[in-house]
Amino acid sequence: MENPIRVLVAKPGLDGHDRGAKVIARALRDAGMEVIYTGLRQTPEQIVNAAIQEDVDVVAVSILSGAHGTLLPRIAELLKQQDAEDILFVAGGVIPDDDIPELLTSGVKAIFTPGTTTTETVEFIRNNVRK
Amino acid sequence: MDLLQELKKHNKRAAAKLITMVENRNPGYQEALKDIHKLSGNAYVVGITGPPGAGKSTLTDKLVKELRKKGKQIAIIAVDPTSPFTGGSILGDRIRMNDLSLDAGVFIRSMGTRGHLGGLSESTKAAIKILDVYGAEYIFVETVGVGQSEVEIVKNADTTVMVLVPGLGDDIQAIKAGIMEIGDVFVINKADREGANRTKAEIEMMLDFSNKEKRPSVQMAVAVDNKGIIEIIDEIEKHKEYLIDTNKFHHNRIESTKEEIVEIIKGYILDKIFNNQHINEELNQLTKDVVERNVDPYTAGDLLLKNIKL
Repeated sequence: MENPIRVLVAKPGLDGHDRGAKVIARALRDAGMEVIYTGLRQTPEQIVNAAIQEDVDVVAVSILSGAHGTLLPRIAELLKQQDAEDILFVAGGVIPDDDIPELLTSGVKAIFTPGTTTTETVEFIRNNVRK
Repeated sequence: MDLLQELKKHNKRAAAKLITMVENRNPGYQEALKDIHKLSGNAYVVGITGPPGAGKSTLTDKLVKELRKKGKQIAIIAVDPTSPFTGGSILGDRIRMNDLSLDAGVFIRSMGTRGHLGGLSESTKAAIKILDVYGAEYIFVETVGVGQSEVEIVKNADTTVMVLVPGLGDDIQAIKAGIMEIGDVFVINKADREGANRTKAEIEMMLDFSNKEKRPSVQMAVAVDNKGIIEIIDEIEKHKEYLIDTNKFHHNRIESTKEEIVEIIKGYILDKIFNNQHINEELNQLTKDVVERNVDPYTAGDLLLKNIKL
């Protein structure tokens, strides 16, 4: 069997709604990936530290709190500081269309908004992960 | 990045990359492990095992926090199962260890079993060596939630902590062979629940008949409330002293190293057999013959082995 893609799934910041993150974790698992699930209320520092130790290929965060404008660029910046920009950084959640362009320039590689199928997410990761 | 040089300098990224290299069997992994082996052997390895949901991750989190107060460098390897159908997995042990993720003195790595039975992954032993050279003084290895026979942890750990909870079954479960024999320290976690004293009594009785030279002790704990943690650390330390005083430490490591070499030979032979296309074709043909009862499986095995050059 091929080496599995390793993905860190985390929920940054103060929001307790993890159904979405769990659905994604499960979908990635069923797509043959190794999912490291770190749970709720993670700081960007915790997420990036875990990503380094786990040597993941992908960091996927779910955010519904409205704090995406602060937390997502911070995670991207910390990854850069750790020389880990080769890790594919994606996010999903309730994120207004108007906010997306700025987030994408800050280093998030994709934003999945409500209505995205898990298949699309899996495909995006497979096609864009480092080889 | 020269991974080995960086590993010796306590570089987290290098340790993480080396573990991936070994897990994926990327080119050069054996060469890297040859060097790492020579530098390893200094860390004390504590195995944490027990049934699913017993509180292994939470207990590990608390034990590590206690050891961090003494300034010890710690690594944790947490193993969770891989799906036999998709090869995917959910590695969720970090959820209980979030406070530790910002502690520079703690390195946590989650591993999927990737088809390996026995409660660990095939690369666990190599990961232990890598984290040893990285500078961990104590390495905690948390197994998958075990059933009755996943005992591989004893070949990898110096001290094995068996975590149980009240209400898992009657006293016959306690005297069955298998995992109940491997604990050096027993912990009844969630001891604020009904039945904890009875579980403790049953385990104590089982241990009274144990023929181990050092009778394991049974500790009560409520890991989420940080109760019983210092006592468990004391028991681990006592077991460590016992191993060293009686020279068992050395003896156990000789035994497990022999096993390691045998495993490497087995892996080598299996590679020789199943990476050979001709033999695979023959195997497929013989399998049909065996299913149709034209050949028996023992004869088929003999026929295949005759064609293998080691």
